[in-house]
Amino acid sequence: MHIPDGYLGPATCGVFYAAMLPIWTIASRVVKKALKARQVPMLAIGAAFSFVIMMFNVPIPGGSTGHAVGGVLVAILLGPWAACIAITVALVVQALLFGDGGITAIGANCFNMAFVLPFAGYYTYKAIGFGSEALSKRRVVAAGLAGYVGLNLAALFTGVEFGLQPLLHHTASGQALYCPYGLKAAVVAMAGGHILVFGFIEAIVTALVVQYMQKHSPEFL
Amino acid sequence: MKITTKFWIGLGALAVLSPLGLLLPAYFKAGAPWYEKPSSIWSAPIPGYSFNGWPGEKGSPHSSFAYIISAVIGIVIITILVLLIGKMLSKKGDQDV
Repeated sequence: MHIPDGYLGPATCGVFYAAMLPIWTIASRVVKKALKARQVPMLAIGAAFSFVIMMFNVPIPGGSTGHAVGGVLVAILLGPWAACIAITVALVVQALLFGDGGITAIGANCFNMAFVLPFAGYYTYKAIGFGSEALSKRRVVAAGLAGYVGLNLAALFTGVEFGLQPLLHHTASGQALYCPYGLKAAVVAMAGGHILVFGFIEAIVTALVVQYMQKHSPEFL
Repeated sequence: MKITTKFWIGLGALAVLSPLGLLLPAYFKAGAPWYEKPSSIWSAPIPGYSFNGWPGEKGSPHSSFAYIISAVIGIVIITILVLLIGKMLSKKGDQDV
């Protein structure tokens, strides 16, 4: 799901950096207020977990990759704002150190994977788990569905961002300057693999760890 | 054992398993080749989780080893960064009180 350099036009990159600035600001404020010192190691584990889960990736036609993010789990355990910071750190390190995802696309990649994904996942979990006991089966199901929804929504956003590029940036003769694939092709390429494979990986990982936490460390739920 | 200790062990296991992401698609012959980077505004020190000048194709023992080392390096750097950020945020919080 990582967008490389040169796939999004400058305006698109700028828009997503601009969108992420207030999100990062709010995230650091919320985390400053809510995160207890003893939760900091857990946040580090969450970020490292997301990083290593994203290394299990498969190339997708068109130049990006398909993978789980593990971020919905972090959002469920530490809240969506803390997850936003954790995934952002993972994505920035991937871009700077490993060239996985472009420098110019850090804003867009963070918007998709560090904002859309944890928030969609967190609120899906809250909605389905609403009124249920912390140790109930419904929480496990809610966690799985949250993982599936969060990851696929992020993939959909990525596909749409790719697919809008030929409309936004082209030469006078209509030749695409950046990502050349249209909306339909880009969305099918991005959403397809995630709906069929990676969404289920995110769902299973999220549900299994929540079930494990119910048994061994219920204070985190 | 503390739950955080168990998670660190789990992360180590995931790092060792990380080359599966290279081996499985290669085995099923899935996917197009890795994207060709159209711009060069930044050259990552460990591009694509592999070391420059190391021999071997995707899925070879060399690339798998580089992948595991990359995973460990990434985990260590990210952990340090988040611990620093966490310390910064909680320190400022203390001053407010």
